[in-house]
This record gives sequence, C-alpha cells and structure tokens, in this order.
Amino acid sequence: MSHSSVGSPRRLSRTRGRPSWQLAAHVASFALAIYAFSRIFAGGHVENYLAWFVGAALLHDLVLLPVYSALDRAFGSSLARAGSRQRFVNHVRVPALISGLLMLVYFPLILGLSSRTYTNATGHHPSDYLRNWLLITAAVFMLSGGIWVLRRIRGR
Amino acid sequence: MRIPETPPPGPFRPGFWRSPLRGPWLASFLGVLLLPLLTVVALTGWISHNAYRPDLGHNLPYASGGDFLPLVHLPEGSPSWIYALTQGLHVNVGLVAIPLVLAKLWSVIPRLFTWPPARSTVTAAERLSSLLLVGSILFELATGVLNIEVYYAWHFNFVRAHYYGAWVFVASLAVHVAIKLSTVRSAFRTRGALRPLRDGLADTEPEPYEDGGLVSPRPAEPTMSRRALVAAAAGGSLALLLVNVGESVGGPLRRFALLAPRGRVYGTGPNAFPINRTAEASGVSVLAADPGWRLQVTGARTVIVSRGGLLEMAQHTESLPIACVEGWSTTQSWTGVRLADLARLCGVNGPATLTVSSFQVHGPFRQATFGADQVADPRSLLALRVGGVDISLDHGYPARVVVPGAPGVHCTKWVGTMIFTELA
Repeated sequence: MSHSSVGSPRRLSRTRGRPSWQLAAHVASFALAIYAFSRIFAGGHVENYLAWFVGAALLHDLVLLPVYSALDRAFGSSLARAGSRQRFVNHVRVPALISGLLMLVYFPLILGLSSRTYTNATGHHPSDYLRNWLLITAAVFMLSGGIWVLRRIRGR
Repeated sequence: MRIPETPPPGPFRPGFWRSPLRGPWLASFLGVLLLPLLTVVALTGWISHNAYRPDLGHNLPYASGGDFLPLVHLPEGSPSWIYALTQGLHVNVGLVAIPLVLAKLWSVIPRLFTWPPARSTVTAAERLSSLLLVGSILFELATGVLNIEVYYAWHFNFVRAHYYGAWVFVASLAVHVAIKLSTVRSAFRTRGALRPLRDGLADTEPEPYEDGGLVSPRPAEPTMSRRALVAAAAGGSLALLLVNVGESVGGPLRRFALLAPRGRVYGTGPNAFPINRTAEASGVSVLAADPGWRLQVTGARTVIVSRGGLLEMAQHTESLPIACVEGWSTTQSWTGVRLADLARLCGVNGPATLTVSSFQVHGPFRQATFGADQVADPRSLLALRVGGVDISLDHGYPARVVVPGAPGVHCTKWVGTMIFTELA
C-alpha cells in the first residue's frame, strides 16, 4: 500500500481499504455465479466440469505463461549473446508468437486429434492442417526476416 | 496458523517480475481494447442462445429451466443472413480476443502471486472474483475453440456449460470493470490513453513504481516497446482472423481460411458446400435413398406426401444461408415448398408452431421446433433442390428445412414428419 498518496479521507479509504460497495458488488456477482454453476451442475459431470474450469486457469497461469516466458528468455538471451542487434530479437519473437498462437488454437486439427468427429461432420479426413500450419509458420518467419533486412538497408 | 509477512522466495516476491513494460497503463490499455470485443462476443452469444428458441419444444440439448433471458434476440423478419452475421461475429471476434486476453493476463500475472494471499474479507472476495473472471474467460475461450474444431474432449454438455459459463464471466467482468474504472481513468489521465504507444524502444521506460502495484521494483532493460507488444498481440489477432474468417464469409474467401474447420470445399457442382454430419455418420444412407420415402405432415389432419407430390406443389426459390453455431456459413439458392403452404395442406390456416423430425434415429438435433413467425415467413422452405439440382444425400435428401435466421442445426435434414400445432 502506498503511503505517499494519503490525502482526503475519501482518498484514504480508496487506497488503504476498498469502497464498501465493492464487497456488495462481489457478493452480487457470486450469487449469480452460484446460480449459473448450479445450472451447470444439474447436468452432472461436476468433477469433469470443475477440472476444466479450474484446470484452464491453472494450465494458463502455471504452465503456459511460465513456459513461454522461459522460452522467450532462453532464446532472447542467446540471440543477444550471439551479438545480434537488440531489435532482431523481436523479428524472431513475433513470428514465433504467431506460429505458437495458431498451434495453441488449432492443435486439434493440426495434430489430427479430432479426426473421427471431423470426418463424421464433413465427410473428409482433416489432412492438410499440419501442412498449412507449417507453411504459415515459414511465411511469417520469412516476412519478418524480410522486414528486418529492409530495415537494416534503410538504416544504413 | 499465521501466514508469514515475508513472501516465500520465487514469484511471490515482487522483484521476481522484471518486465519493464508491466504497469497500470498497459493493463488498462489491454483491458480497454478487450472490453468492446468481449461485449460483442457476449451479446452475440446471447442472441445465438435465443435464436435456438429455447422456449419451444426441445430446442436445446438439455432441459432448459425457463431461465433464459429474452433480452437479446433477433427481431422477427430480420434479414436471412442475420444469424450468419451474429454467429460469425461470435466466433471470429472470440478468436481475435484470444491474443489480447493472453497479453492482458501476462500484464497482470504478478497479481496472482500477491503476498499475503488475502488481508481481509474484501481482498479475499477480490481474489475469488479474479479466479472466476480468469477461469471463466479461459473456460469459455477453450471450450468455444475446441467446439468449433469438433474436438469434444469433455463429458459435460457443451451448450449448457458454455452458456452458463458466460453468466459467470459476465457477472465477474461487470464487477471487475466497475472496480477498475478508476484505475484506468487515473492511468490514462497521468500517462495519456495513447501516448505510451508513441515511444520507440529507446524511449521505453517503466511506469512509476508503486508498492504492491504491477510495476517491477527492479525492472530489466526493455527489449521491446509497449507499441511493439501491443502490435504483436494485435498481429496474433489478425493472424487468427485471417486463417478463419473465410469460413464465415464463404464464397471464394473460403479456401483462404487455411486453418478454419470449415475452410474446405470438397467436390464440384451445386452440392459442393460444407455439410455438418454426413448421411453415413447419421445412419440414414439407406432410408434417405429409398424411393418409398413419404413425408408425414400433421395438423388438423395428417397428409402423406411423396417427393413427387411435393414437387407438384408450388415451388419457391430463396437464397438462404446455412449458418452454423460453430461460426461457418454457406449461402445457397434453395428451391422447395413454403412451410406456410404445408401448414395449409394439413388444414392449418392460423398461426402455428412446427416441429420437424428427421428420420435420423440418433443425434441431439434430429428434431427442431419453429415459432409461428418462422412458419409464416414466406422465405421458410422445405427444400428439395439446391442450385438447380436435387439436394444431395449429405445435404438432407429427400427434403430438408431451411429457415432464415435459424441456427444451422435447426435446418433439419432427412425430414420424416412435420407436426403443425395451431396456437390457441
């Protein structure tokens, strides 16, 4: 808590504590959430649902974010050690981010995990998603590299 | 047991987080970007829920408790493409939001490791509220994304969980916005809403440090500007939009939807447009091809009609989309008999609802109920032909329903019986 922003009593209550309406707002939203959860639980598979709800948050906060941060640090520092210009890091970072993001969103199709339901739905086997993802990945890395080269030429 | 005042080593110590970009401005800016997007996703989701007409028959694949909010629904007589538009927005804007949600969570991750975990009832409520907010947005995005890719990796009912999950999200988001409004205002007032985006890498500096805030007490050298960070997230959004949106727009754009679940067109001819569940997977191949097929139409009386009999009735051609809840759509020129004419055929002249059943034996959407306005709509057809040829087995031969503004799964294929119920 900041001690430098002590001013009027109203200001104080804002920084030190919280306005009292906030607790009421939380309680109201919890009540609505409890109702919504009860409607979901009425359908059964409560453990499975909770595993997904809590699992999504844990997987993001304790796995995905630490992993991409660690990868970023590892590659970023090795690129920096290789003596490349600081800005070059971002020309690897951004295409890697886009490629990773597409994998994160489309992994069931790219890795063929939903082949059976996909075939039942469409009448065809999902065959070209991996190829397309690889092609997009190659394209964004080349585009980013091209922009870097252009920047260097213009910078001279 | 008392919680020690000193945080345990690791992420609970403020100095663990070193990015010079984190701070109230960045978190506020990402939040302000996300709010309109998530509002669109929530509203179109509600519209979709009500487009199923959960008040009629068994239109939802679970027992609806009569608690749907009819607040947001499509007005009667809307353009036929309205559901293709709203659901296309729901899915594509949802995808666009993903990189921004991830960036936003990155920008506030030190908050997860606040120490001590809670100082008072209010802060405990805040932590719980954050769990609901983060858990519900990630749950909604994850289940939505996996559902459009027909990857059903769960046991719970998707429609139920995704719909009520949205209630949890909207409730916790509303409180979050109300509480953080002053933070956003003060961040924008002191730093300017857009000014930090003007700074290149050389001018990128940490926001002023505040005890217990988001700014790192020992920030590292920046390796990218805030502008670059926002641009990278927006680039991710653009990439997701580009690889997907073609399946919603359709036409020549479809084949540029490189990763979209329905970005493929197989075969040639008028029947070469995306299908949802093949005749084979639905177990109707034999029955659908049987020339002995008859349609049973029930109202004031029951009438049995052959396909030839239907073709002898007045034929109408309408350009209507099949718009799937998964966000893809395809607009085709359908020819067939008006639902209103079929109502009259069985002696129903006043307003009536209609329950259409497929002769498909299994499947949650083998039946759909339409409201009186949909039955009376002259564009609503029992389609026999598409693009000038007979509809194919996979598209619902011998006959399928096509109703403007109805979700694709309600445009029942392989129709066996139609029951008109006159409104009292």
